[in-house]
Amino acid sequence: MKKISMKTTVIAVAVIAVAIIVSVIVATSAPAVLRVATTTSLYDTELWDALEPIFEQRYDVALQITAKGTGMALELGKNGDVDVVTVHDPLQEAAFIAGGYAVEAEGYNGTARVPWAYNYFIVIGPETDSAGISGLTPEEAFQKIQQEGEADPETVKFVSRGDNSGTHGKEKAVWTAAGYNYTTDIQGTGATAGWYLEAGSSMGATLVMANEKIAYTLTDKGTFLAYQGDLDLVTLVDTGDIMLNVYTVIICKNGSNPEMAQNLVTFLRAPEIQALIAGFGVPQYGEPLFYPYDPEICQ
Amino acid sequence: MTEIWHGLTKAIELIISLDPEVMEIAGRSLRISATSCLLASLICLPLGSLIHSHHFRGKRALINIIQTLFSVPTVVIGLFVFVLFSRAGPLGELGILFTPTTMVIGQMILITPLLLGLTISALSGVSKEIVDTATSLGASGFQTILLVLREARYAVLAAVIMGFGRAISEVGCALMVGGNIRGATRIITTAISLEASKGELELAIALGIILLFLALIINIVLNRLQQR
Repeated sequence: MKKISMKTTVIAVAVIAVAIIVSVIVATSAPAVLRVATTTSLYDTELWDALEPIFEQRYDVALQITAKGTGMALELGKNGDVDVVTVHDPLQEAAFIAGGYAVEAEGYNGTARVPWAYNYFIVIGPETDSAGISGLTPEEAFQKIQQEGEADPETVKFVSRGDNSGTHGKEKAVWTAAGYNYTTDIQGTGATAGWYLEAGSSMGATLVMANEKIAYTLTDKGTFLAYQGDLDLVTLVDTGDIMLNVYTVIICKNGSNPEMAQNLVTFLRAPEIQALIAGFGVPQYGEPLFYPYDPEICQ
Repeated sequence: MTEIWHGLTKAIELIISLDPEVMEIAGRSLRISATSCLLASLICLPLGSLIHSHHFRGKRALINIIQTLFSVPTVVIGLFVFVLFSRAGPLGELGILFTPTTMVIGQMILITPLLLGLTISALSGVSKEIVDTATSLGASGFQTILLVLREARYAVLAAVIMGFGRAISEVGCALMVGGNIRGATRIITTAISLEASKGELELAIALGIILLFLALIINIVLNRLQQR
């Protein structure tokens, strides 16, 4: 083997050094970046695809959006891996703010949690509705599913997100309101009996699984409408105050771009963006996927 | 940094306390991957010997294709199996999507090219003289194949270990066709992906360490067997 000469080595080292310096310069001189972790429903419905270009153009910033369940989105926020989060789980949001990880947004009465849109959760299931929940209240429907599921786990099944997402949080709240201890009666007994399945997946994947298993599930209305074309499942329960689903935006204390994060809060509550949200999806699905902020409803 | 440290201590804690859920998940991982690896070996070792010992047109091309399939993405296999077994798919009647059975099928398809290709190259390492001697001593074709497999057993075992490693470490296919259902199709890799997405980073790290630990034990056992 030929020995590598001193000259070759020097040149190689110089080339590598230049490459590193250039990439560092390129990385630091890139336009400003705002990192956002969003709940999957806002992403899977393509609402962010509509909002992103408008925001980027208005504020000359690159939005980097990652779609995660509320649990992971807040975890990213805690660690400062993102600058701002858009989520939908009141309990986890409260814990995040109590933990000191949030910054109060300016102009919203000193609150760190700024609601900017809402819709409703719905219970969907097979058209045959083997547990007979159609038209019941959410709590009654869940009781019916639990009873029928225990009696005949082959026919009546419920697929849960099971991933600490906002939707999972809501599901737990409904089980509790229906009089169950979620951990023992549902996660424990129900899973053993075989009617309660924890998918541990995103909303879209959970809808697909419910469809395959001919099962019931709880979903936000927006994601369901966006996936409806591929599913045989139908809406069975869509009323009840407990089904309210409020989307909020929270600035993360450990984030690196607080001014731009504040801009995003202002942006999401701006009248023209609120109007865009109100009309989003109407041409495609015949009804809105999300409703704009309403102080009477969004607490 | 603290998260990695906590993950490590948590892993030790979970292993020592024999946490029932973790043990169940680890056991399922092991069972599914061992089954798929065993079934794939039963197909690939004889088939690989056949391909190796026969000369035919397009053999080189076939081996090229097999080797190309080493790098087939796990999600592509997952997608294929999903479409096949989905209720709307050709085998949807069976109703086995989101069960361990489909996961075994997926992993088998995934590692078959790897096992086949590595078996063929393992056998190519056996000196031609051995084959010639055996044939001249009157060994039948089948006996010759057995002899060559025996000669190449270390390399063949290494191929099986590789196949098992790819099966137990993959997540894309298991997630798509297994569905990560708690208590039914959740395995270590899909559990890691879930715990990370829940923000439970420590538990995710702990599960990762347990997976590596399992792989270490299996390698030690197989290496012991090899040295006999």
